[in-house]
Amino acid sequence: MERVVDPLATKPSALRTQSETIAFVIMVAALVIAPFLTYPLFLMQAMCFALFACAFNLLVGYVGLLSFGHALYFGWASYLSAHAAKVWGLTPELAILTGTATAAICGLVAGSLAIRRQGIYFSMITLALAQMMYFFALQAKFTGGEDGIQAVPRGHLFGLIDLRNEMAMYAVVLVIFLAGFTFIYRIIHSPFGEVLKAIRENEARATSLGYKTDRYKLVAFVLSATLAGVAGATKAIVLQLASLTDVNWPMSGEVVLMTLVGGLGTIFGPMVGAFVILVMQFKLAPIGEWVLVIQGAIFVACVLLFRRGIIGELANLLRIRL
Amino acid sequence: MAHDFVLAVPGHERNRLVMFEIFGIPSQALFGQLLIGLINGSFYALLSLGLAVIFGMLNIINFSHGAQYMMGAFAAYLILQHSGLGYWPALIIAPILVGITGIIIERLFLQWLYKLDHLYGLLLTFGLALIFEGVARNYFGSAGLPYTVPESLQGGRNLGFMFLPNYRAWVIVASLGVCFGTWFVIERTRLGAYLRAATENPTLVRAFGINVPRMITLTYGFGVALAAFAGVMAAPIYNVSPQMGSELIIVVFAVVVIGGMGSILGAIITGFGLGVIEGLTKVFFPEASNTVIFVIMAIVLLVRPAGLFGRRG
Repeated sequence: MERVVDPLATKPSALRTQSETIAFVIMVAALVIAPFLTYPLFLMQAMCFALFACAFNLLVGYVGLLSFGHALYFGWASYLSAHAAKVWGLTPELAILTGTATAAICGLVAGSLAIRRQGIYFSMITLALAQMMYFFALQAKFTGGEDGIQAVPRGHLFGLIDLRNEMAMYAVVLVIFLAGFTFIYRIIHSPFGEVLKAIRENEARATSLGYKTDRYKLVAFVLSATLAGVAGATKAIVLQLASLTDVNWPMSGEVVLMTLVGGLGTIFGPMVGAFVILVMQFKLAPIGEWVLVIQGAIFVACVLLFRRGIIGELANLLRIRL
Repeated sequence: MAHDFVLAVPGHERNRLVMFEIFGIPSQALFGQLLIGLINGSFYALLSLGLAVIFGMLNIINFSHGAQYMMGAFAAYLILQHSGLGYWPALIIAPILVGITGIIIERLFLQWLYKLDHLYGLLLTFGLALIFEGVARNYFGSAGLPYTVPESLQGGRNLGFMFLPNYRAWVIVASLGVCFGTWFVIERTRLGAYLRAATENPTLVRAFGINVPRMITLTYGFGVALAAFAGVMAAPIYNVSPQMGSELIIVVFAVVVIGGMGSILGAIITGFGLGVIEGLTKVFFPEASNTVIFVIMAIVLLVRPAGLFGRRG
């Protein structure tokens, strides 16, 4: 996979880590101020998708595995979280944990099947498995079929804080997003993350150095699926809805698009991409089906003209790491 | 006169059919589903064959294959609407037209991706699929449009144990013919030898003075035309609708994973075989008929990770 060439790889400087810290501070500040300027509900939704895209990017950007079925983990976590909150009456944090655990299990099963093949086959297998689970969701009783699970109660966090309050809910989502984001950042910069990058660059070489690459790939897959599950489970509580849209293949395509637009293999790219795509969908909602055409055109343009994505291009321009 | 193309057998003919049961299933239901399975299998085989041919030369998985199958069906529909030309001319014209769009796509977009990781080819063709499907939805809506069976193939024949509509028999025969024709060209002719050589080592083949880039372009055009051909044949069976390709292509991906893309005969056998298995599942365990191919894919991955006919990769 053609990667962003790290401009500072040969001459390490203080700016290298600083640029990421500065960007992180800017991001946190923006997310703290934003709910006072625009719709909190939209922002919460955007943060859920941003976390989803970051989780997806962990796999494609740092291990080089393009999963075309990430809607499976997002959607099924969303269903189980909604079901737990609505039918079992669990508190929101337990509901989100239920959804996350579901995604982790799905990720373990799907991942151990998918990593048995490389490259293009990996993408096709993940897509096919996701489609299979879409049909299960379509047929299962508890998912409500075409209606989905509606009117999911937001409940009280730890039984104390009423999440019907928009700002309380916003704070919870912000904390979840930042925790997920920081966790992914730590994974990428850990020795484990270095091995992942080595596998991305040259799997045969990593194997010959004694790393059990399949095991690394599986752990990365499960981590990515789990974090996608956190995003989906949180989304179900925020929007009080879990539906077939979340598990269907266009959702898998959308998260690929978000990550591609923001920048594959960049820390901040997926988040920026998620916001860009959601704003675009929001603004373009009146033109109906043309959104599909525009999304397709963005795919084509990104692949042909700027494979680095927004953040990748920016980092390259400023010769920093983002 | 409209002897419409319904699966249920018209009443008077049913009386003449011999009824018997297999595993408690009426023979007609069983053979009926078997026939549908063979029809679906023909489309799986044609599409996975096209994917395999394109992948062999371009090293790209053509995600827009389903959209191009849909374009074939729409081309047939539009040809009928605007020029009054029926099924038989459309069966030739539509694949050529869609094939030409494929050649344009290869020249405009795909040729820039060969040196990159093949994931970019998947992403680009996925984007193209979204564009095609979106445009079709805008102009034709999501509801299906009807396309009637050509007059010469209306009606059917009574085989004694089941009623066989002529058109369905034609689809199976025609797709088998096209599949084996493709196999013959690639495995047994000089042109095919060039193609196989260029798949193995394009640089060396170029050194022999063969225009490999043009071969790649034409291969993509041919693969796309195969998809469009399948689309025209599907038009009278399924409704012509914008989303007819997107769900099919995911199943075809599973078929390709099961069969592996290394072997052309493998793609054909896997396509038909899985179609039949899917049809039988519809009889014995209808709830699983949507998912059975994916389940088989999972089992094959566990038992034979390289696929039934594939090389490890």
